[in-house]
Amino acid sequence: MAVDIAVERTRIDGSKRRSLMVEAGIVLAVALFLILIVPLLLSDFRLNLMGRFLALAIVALGIDLIWGFTGLLSLGHGVFFTLGGYALAMHLKLQIPPTASSQLPEFMSLYGVTELPWFWQPFYSFPFTALAVLFLPGILAGLLGYVIFRNRIRGVYFSILTQAATIIFFNFFNGQQKLFNGTNGLTDFRTLFGLEVNAPGTKYGFYVVTILTLVVAYALCRWLTSGRFGRLLMAIRDDESRVRFTGYDPTGFKVLVFAISGALAGIAGALFTLQTGIISPNSMNIAFSIEMVIWVAIGGRATLIGAILGALVVNFAKSLLSERFPDIWLFFQGGLFLLVVMFLPDGIIGWLRQNGKNWFRQITGSRQIATYPSLEEDPEVEYERKNIGD
Amino acid sequence: MFTAILDGIFNGLSVGSVLLLAALGLAIVFGLMGVINMAHGELMMLGAYTTFLVQNAFKLLGEPWTNFYIFFAVIMAFIVAALMGLVLERGVIRYLYGRPLETLLATWGVSLILQQFVRSVNWVMIAGLIVFCLLYFGGLWAVKKRPDFERIRHWAITVLLTLSAAIAWAVGSVLSQTYKLAVTKPWFGAQNVDVTAPKWLLGGLPIGNYQLPYTRMFIMVLTVLCVLAIYWFLNKTPWGLRIRSVTQNRNMSACLGIPTQKVDALTFALGSGLAGIAGCAVSLLGSVGPNTGQNYIVNTFMVVVVGGVGKLVGTIVGAMAIGITDYIIGTGILANLFTSIQPLADFFTFFATTSMAKVMVFLLIVIFLQFRPAGLFPQKGRTVDA
Repeated sequence: MAVDIAVERTRIDGSKRRSLMVEAGIVLAVALFLILIVPLLLSDFRLNLMGRFLALAIVALGIDLIWGFTGLLSLGHGVFFTLGGYALAMHLKLQIPPTASSQLPEFMSLYGVTELPWFWQPFYSFPFTALAVLFLPGILAGLLGYVIFRNRIRGVYFSILTQAATIIFFNFFNGQQKLFNGTNGLTDFRTLFGLEVNAPGTKYGFYVVTILTLVVAYALCRWLTSGRFGRLLMAIRDDESRVRFTGYDPTGFKVLVFAISGALAGIAGALFTLQTGIISPNSMNIAFSIEMVIWVAIGGRATLIGAILGALVVNFAKSLLSERFPDIWLFFQGGLFLLVVMFLPDGIIGWLRQNGKNWFRQITGSRQIATYPSLEEDPEVEYERKNIGD
Repeated sequence: MFTAILDGIFNGLSVGSVLLLAALGLAIVFGLMGVINMAHGELMMLGAYTTFLVQNAFKLLGEPWTNFYIFFAVIMAFIVAALMGLVLERGVIRYLYGRPLETLLATWGVSLILQQFVRSVNWVMIAGLIVFCLLYFGGLWAVKKRPDFERIRHWAITVLLTLSAAIAWAVGSVLSQTYKLAVTKPWFGAQNVDVTAPKWLLGGLPIGNYQLPYTRMFIMVLTVLCVLAIYWFLNKTPWGLRIRSVTQNRNMSACLGIPTQKVDALTFALGSGLAGIAGCAVSLLGSVGPNTGQNYIVNTFMVVVVGGVGKLVGTIVGAMAIGITDYIIGTGILANLFTSIQPLADFFTFFATTSMAKVMVFLLIVIFLQFRPAGLFPQKGRTVDA
């Protein structure tokens, strides 16, 4: 019997491993397609847009972690996004050729700053900047999460507080002309590692880096959500009290997942800044942070693919629609919020998973009478039925 | 020194009373249904635009009337916003009870639509909307009479929706072709509009070397009246009793025969109407634009968070506390108080701008929540764990 179970276990592990391999293959193929084929199909302008939207897809992954899996609706991811962007932009602003008359970023001399502020100093080094992009938003998210979750503040209160945090940071960055150039933000970047930022080759490089980062972020989220940790997150989403009664302390997990999601937003912000060439407090406005949520909602909550897909689809729709009919976009976006919440609560991917099969069958006309196909095919269920069922 | 503090308190109270007026409706709705209405700011904006329209209408009437338009405007703002709220509740929020986060997103969508609506509303759009509503709801009403309605429901709705949308669209384009600019010109446009206070509200009451504007005093009086009216409504009328009982325990109230759906609709309309009045008040303070509502929502949310949802008093205290703290920090009064202690003075000077004061207030709120996570006056008793 024991041998049987062991054999069964390896069989399950084997089939899991196989499906994982298939998934990895698909991800790799899509990434290669994006890196090699897509640049040939799209104009430079659209390719740049694609790169930006792929960066935004990384935030969407973070939002999916915190909202789709853990059930915490954060309306403050714009803050983490912008902080990541600022961290990288500060490094870029400090790439001043030694021949230049002033060794300060040009906006500072406009406001009469004569000495580089102390917290700008470390951003001369790239390794520090890279760490800051990751950890500055992450730690901030962790701190904010800790003071909120510690008191079991949750649900709508959490959303409101994160939203307030967005406004606060917006005000802060807007008000500090001398430190961050206020409303105008940081822009006009020249070089990174001595390479021209605006050269086509460098731009393509940023695009590739964005895709690679997205793949890594996807793998990270997949790993986080597939194991025990992921199940715990979903348990917190579905019934937090019960999780507490079973002996877990959800606070730590919530703080951790919020920090990870903040760090993802930070990376996304940095990559986005690289490709747009500007970061300003505007990306911390309330609307942008809520927009991020709708990408995930459209794609499908608690499905990582859905988050990426949603970010791409909504943003392309936005750029196409607002080019042609600038007035309509807000109506459309508002309608999207209503539509997705009322009629498509599981998003595109969720809907496909639920109804897609039947719908496809209806169209092709092949009718199958199957009661619980998913249960029949699930090796884990089969295994339990064999060993525990009777 | 003393006058500075008095000045701070008075101004803080006047900032707080605007906040209170805006937060009152939000708090009642949140307490009753656990729904945060992100479109609350836009309902305020609707109230402000209504005030603008009423003002223009009264200008046509002539001299004696123009002085008193504001009273009529308050009532109209209440009615318009309340009707909008009613539509919102019946059309959207009703389907989302028990899903507070989704409601939040849906109401945000509504707020976007309302903002753009105000920007681009013109006669064509109004005509199209009326035609659409008549056709769609009329058609639905006609089809509903058929005995096999449930069976054809899906098809009926799809067909009706596309047909009435297409006809409305056609009517709109025909209108804009025939009348051109007269009907396609936006009513308000994207730029701000100005409401001028009536003559008797101009000027102010001198207190020491400072003048308290009459408009501010008017708003404070309006706030007090609203609070009293709400208090009376909630505590002395049968519907108020029903609202309070549903707030305390929805299921039990339903069991005892209280029509909770009607209570929900009524409360939402009431809260929205209060937002309309707040919008009317706000229009006296500055120009009004499509984004007016956005400037207020976060602060009003903070009031609800600080005040808790158990009692009306919580909202009042929360609004006043936030208003006064905001003003005192923002104007640098504290920095002047501590001139003898250099580091403290520097610290407060750093925060002595309007935007930095908000940073400070937020920090204080977060600290406050460490001690009272559910606000000043939390819901008593065994709350349902949602």
